[in-house]
Order: sequence, then structure tokens, then C-alpha cells
Amino acid sequence: MDIQEYFSLVFSDYTLRTITLGTAILGAVTGMLGSFAVLRKQSLLGDAISHAALPGIAIAFLITGSKDSNTLLLGALVSGLIGTFWIRGIITKTHLKSDTALGLILSLFFGFGMLLLTFIQKQPNANQAGLDKYLFGQAATLVESDVWMMAIVTGICLFVLLLFWKEFKILLFDKDYAKTLGFNTKAIDILITSFIVLAIVLGLQTVGVVLMSAMLLAPAAAARQWTNSLGTMVFLAAIFGAFSGVFGTAISASQNNLSTGPVIVLVASFFVLISFIFSPSRGLLFKKIRFIKNRRDLELHKTLAFMYHIAETHDNISHPHEIKILNNFHGFTRATLNKLVGKNYVTLQGTTWCLTKEGFESAANLYNQLNRNDE
Amino acid sequence: MSNAQIEIQLIASLVAIACAIPGTFLVLRKMAMISDAISHAILPGIVIGFIFIHGSFSFIDDFVVLSKFKQFLIHNGLESPFIILLASFTGVITVVLVEYIQKTGLVKEDTAIGLVFPALFSIGVILIAKNANDVHLDVDAVLLGELAFAPFDRLIVDGTDIGPKALWIIGGILVITVGLLIAFFKELKLSTFDKGLAASLGFSPVIIHYGLMTVSSVTTVGAFDAVGAILVVALMIAPAASAYLLTTDLKKMLLLSIVFGVFSAISGYWLARWLDASISGSITTMLGLLFLVVYLFAPSKGVIAVLYREKQQRTEVSLLTFLLHLKNHDEERERHVNHLNEHINWQKVRSKTVLDLALKNNMIVIDNNIVSLTAKGDKFTTQAIDYIITNEDAQIEDMKDDFFLFRG
Repeated sequence: MDIQEYFSLVFSDYTLRTITLGTAILGAVTGMLGSFAVLRKQSLLGDAISHAALPGIAIAFLITGSKDSNTLLLGALVSGLIGTFWIRGIITKTHLKSDTALGLILSLFFGFGMLLLTFIQKQPNANQAGLDKYLFGQAATLVESDVWMMAIVTGICLFVLLLFWKEFKILLFDKDYAKTLGFNTKAIDILITSFIVLAIVLGLQTVGVVLMSAMLLAPAAAARQWTNSLGTMVFLAAIFGAFSGVFGTAISASQNNLSTGPVIVLVASFFVLISFIFSPSRGLLFKKIRFIKNRRDLELHKTLAFMYHIAETHDNISHPHEIKILNNFHGFTRATLNKLVGKNYVTLQGTTWCLTKEGFESAANLYNQLNRNDE
Repeated sequence: MSNAQIEIQLIASLVAIACAIPGTFLVLRKMAMISDAISHAILPGIVIGFIFIHGSFSFIDDFVVLSKFKQFLIHNGLESPFIILLASFTGVITVVLVEYIQKTGLVKEDTAIGLVFPALFSIGVILIAKNANDVHLDVDAVLLGELAFAPFDRLIVDGTDIGPKALWIIGGILVITVGLLIAFFKELKLSTFDKGLAASLGFSPVIIHYGLMTVSSVTTVGAFDAVGAILVVALMIAPAASAYLLTTDLKKMLLLSIVFGVFSAISGYWLARWLDASISGSITTMLGLLFLVVYLFAPSKGVIAVLYREKQQRTEVSLLTFLLHLKNHDEERERHVNHLNEHINWQKVRSKTVLDLALKNNMIVIDNNIVSLTAKGDKFTTQAIDYIITNEDAQIEDMKDDFFLFRG
């Protein structure tokens, strides 16, 4: 199946439609909430929580004995929340730093989860097969009810986000100010963290624990490059996330042997790469271009200043001088000279140059910051 | 105990020691999550090295056999120094990439880590899937080690069996790590705690940094087959973090984390036997329990100790406020026991605690329900005010030792 075929099938084929919708919704909601995680410097929280959810899944299965995905997700949610709050406890109550706390909870919870999973596998209960799909994610196992579940959760997230938009925003950028305004920062904090945990848990089934953190981060990191406004960023991140989901599914469906999760992550990483390079205000490419342009301007100024200092010593400022006395050291190149001529600061006569009155004046004001036109 | 059991415990202990040493420095340098990134990002290195040597994975034809993928890797692949080197190199590349992204300033530091390793890991997974024909691949085979098989994989030299391969690999790595640790201990110590001083004394922080990263990568690759990628992270961070809560001496911390690591490795092994579950999972669970105990009960930095200290300090600050109030007011109305909580706006219980503490320390006398400062209380308060107005609040803590008979 090639990509074209995929797009013609996506509206008719049940499985494809379900998976595509599921990954798109998932991408949108993780992108949305991921923006908050990234801006709150909790980028790796996603990684930690997705691993920390594992023992919850195992324990939920041990208690209920059923593989109903909602029960298991509830277990994952509880265990993810416990992990999150323990991380916070470690950071606030001890002198261990956040990276250590994250790494600890991530690995310890995951190891405990593995212990439980292998323990369950040895139990005489034929029902346990397939529990590990939560571990590593199989988009192919998504069914319509899962997609509905995701859609409902996304709806609730969106509603709460809009309802508490200004609280979230103010908490994000100025926590102390929020506190002095009388907002209950702790409650808002818990609310947004819980939603992040919820989004991560939802994604486990689709992309798995390892790659879930990228789903949370990548769209948000990409969106961050294009805007400085929170609203736009959240919106863009949702779009990037949804497109990563759709393209990832399309690419993986069009080839044999391509698991969906990794492809979605690579598509999202590709978005990040593009954003890093091509974003107009922050991107590396334009930064480099601006850098070169600034350097050229500086050289131009240097040449002009040098000319000015020579012209200063003469009564007639437009007294001609040999081009030869200018050199590289003064920022001189053919191009800079021509540029100066173009700006009407200098006139050329044969092998000599002379400063015009305009050029003289703008050179005199070069370091006064008064003349903004000579850039 | 059978021979195999002893060997498993020996391998587990060596892995624990080999992880604890770089782990301690990672925790101290606030780079613990790098170990997580490296442990995932070495996957494409291993896969590429493998494909380079063996062509493809076409020999794997069944999902169930996938746990054998790793065994195959160990049989035919990981023993090859080329693959170990390539995988470690990928680990170092990860660090370089992360640092490059951090330097651009486009995203916050931790975001850089979170962006790089899932992408590399995805590439690894896709490479395996593309090269293993028609195999339904689950990643767990690569993420989770199985220590139980390690003893069956013997290293045979000239026809004599000289022990499990894993033992030799991790033993070799451990010897190198310990050698480097001893040789560069003071450089490591200095650059960990005072980068600027280290640089000005002529020790290149860059070389030490990448040296540490290389050792971490090699250790991760070596431990990969024994405990699995994610559980390497546990062995690196958890013993070091537990030790850090108990001591602030680097040598003691290293020693303690080694002891913790070995203890968890051995007790974890027996837990796994008892529960008939995964050995690496059990080791991590033991590490988790150990950390939980230390986290709660560590003498001065544990949660209980911290909470107790916070409560003590809250009461003592209240006491100080109370004494200042007394010193400021001569009028009896302000100093009447029954009205105190109104004046300072405290709840009854709190007022009583503070009042009792002040009485016990001979700071106040209560005469006819009117509270007044004693000479000692007056001296204490005056001195405290001096410190507060000269902005030397920290001195009050030392002063408390001189004045207090009982703490809050």
C-alpha cells in the first residue's frame, strides 16, 4: 500500500480510520498539554510518568483480573499521579535535584512494574497475554471505544483549559504574582499536572512508554519556535501533534514492518528540526543570516569611520583619497565600497574616493545612535 | 547454591558496582537523566553495528524468539568490541547532540534530552523492524535484560571454559572504570564541585566531562545485556541518590552507593527466586525499597527529619515574634495571656505551644496572667533584633544554641 492508497482508504477502512483518528487526537491533546509541560520546565516529567504508570497497570490487572482498558488506564493514572507527587516530594523535601528525582521514579517504578508483569506471567491465568502492549504501544490495537475515550478526555481538557486559561497562564509565567492575587496556586498546579498525567496515560496504549515523552515534548518544542504567545503556541502544538499522528500512521501503514509509534515520533522530531532551522524569529538559519548581515553592517561602519577620520583632517571633506589606503583591516571590500556609493555616502573617481557631505555627517553621528537610517 | 546462582549474583554485583561509580558523579553533576537518554540512544548503535557485521537479522523468524535476539546479539554481536565501541560512541553522540541543542538556546535544557533520545531510539526500533523480515517486533526484548541466561553463555578460550561472557565483559569495564576513578579522582572531584576552579587550575572540564560520559556509555552498553536498558538507569541513580541523602563526603558516598548497589543486586536475586519473577525487576524493586527507607528515615536529610525540623523552626520563629511583641509593649492589656492570640492572630493551640516553650526556656514569667520578659528573654530578644536589623538573620540559628534549653 502506498501513501496515496492510504489516503483513499482512510475514510472507508475501519481499522485505518480508527487508528488515524486515534493518533491524531492523541497528538493534539499531548501537544496541547505538552506546551505547559515544556514551559514549566517539566519536559522530562512525561518520560518519568509514562514509566511510572506501569506498576499501576499491573496492579489493576492483579486486582480485577480483567483487561478492560479503562480499568487498566485508571490504574496507570493513579500510579502516574503517585509518581508525580513523589517526584515533587523528593525535590521539595530533600536536597536531591529534579533530574535525580525524575530518574529515580522512572527507573524504580518501571522496575517494580516489570517485577509485577513477570510475576503475572507466571500466574495460571490465560488472560494476561497482551498486557505488555501498554508497555510498548501498538496503535493497531486501538478500537473505536478507545478513540471515543480519547475524544472525550480531549474535550474535557479543552474545556478546563479554556475555563482556567488565565489562571494557567499566570501560574506559568509568574507564580508569585498569581499567589499574591489570591489564586490557589497549589490547586491550579495539581489540576494542570493531573491533566498532563492523564494525557500521557492515554497515549501509552498507542505509542508506548518510551516514546510517550517525545509525543509530549516534540510538538510543543516545535510550536515554541514560531510564536511568543501562549495561545498560539498551544494551538500550533496541537496542530503539529495531530499532523505527526496522521503522517506517522500514513507512513507506517504504507510500508511493511514499520511500527506506528516510532514513526510518529520521528515525524514529530522532523517538525522540531524544521522549526529549529526555519523559524523566522528564533530559527538557526535566520539567526545565522542576521548574524552575517550584522557583521557586514559593522564592516561598512568600520570603513565609513575610517574614511571619516581621514576626511576630518582635511579642510575639504570631499578631498579625494586613493582607494589603496583602505584595506581589509578597516573592514574594506569592493562590496562595502560599492554599498557606500549606493547609499550616496561616497563618490568614486577613478582610483580615488571622496566622502560626500551626507556621508560625512552620518559618519560623525555613527556612534551617537542618533542616525537610525544608516543600518 | 549452585555454580550458576553464584555466577548470576556475581555478575549482578559487578554490574551494580560498575554503575554506581559513574552514577554517583552523574547525580552530583545534576545529569542523572543523561543516563536515561544514553541507555535508550545506544540502540541504533548496536543495531547498525550488528547489521554492519552480519548483514541483516533475517535469521529471526518468530516473535517469541525475540528474547533470543538479545542472546544472539550477545553470542554473535556484543562480544565484538566493534559493536560495544559503536554503541558507546552513539551514547557520546547523544550527549553531544543534547548539548548542541541546549547551546542554541531554542529550548530549555531538559527538553533537549527529551527530544534527542526518543528520536534515536525510534531509529533503532525502525532499523530492527526493517531488517528483521516479517517479524512482529516488540521493543521489550531490547529493553529488558535477562540475567538468568547469562551463565549459559560461556567464554571458551583454547577449549577451556573460563566463566560466563557477561562476567568478563562487565568485569573488564569495571576494572577500567575503577582504574580511571583512582587515576583521576581529584580532577573528577574538583570539576564536579567547582568547575571554574578546575578550569583555572588547568584541568579541562570538557575532557573530564566527556570522559565521564564515555565511561557511562560503555558501562551502559556493558550492563545492557545483564539488566536491560532502563534498569541500568536505576542502578546508576538509586544507590547514588540514597547515599547522597546519608553523607556529603564524596568517598563515603561512592562507598555507600557501591554497598547499596551490591546489597540490592544480591537481595534482588533472592527476591526474584522467591517470586519466580524477573531478576532485573526484583533488583530495581529492592533499590526502590532501599531508597524509600533512606528517603523517609535518613538522619538529617530524610523526609521525617526535614518535616520535624520545619515544625521546630516554625515554632521557634513564632516564639521570636512573640518575644518581640512582648518587648514592644509595656501596656498590660497587650500582654494578657487570654488576649495574646488575638493580638498576634494565632490559634489557641499554637499560642499555648509557644507560651510553654518560652516558659520552659525561662524567657518569660507569668504573673497574674500578665506575661513579661525575664532578663534572659530580654537579652535574647535584643540580640535577635540586632541580627535582624543588620540583615544577619542566619546568626539567630547559632544564637539559639546558647539560649535554648528546649527546642521547639
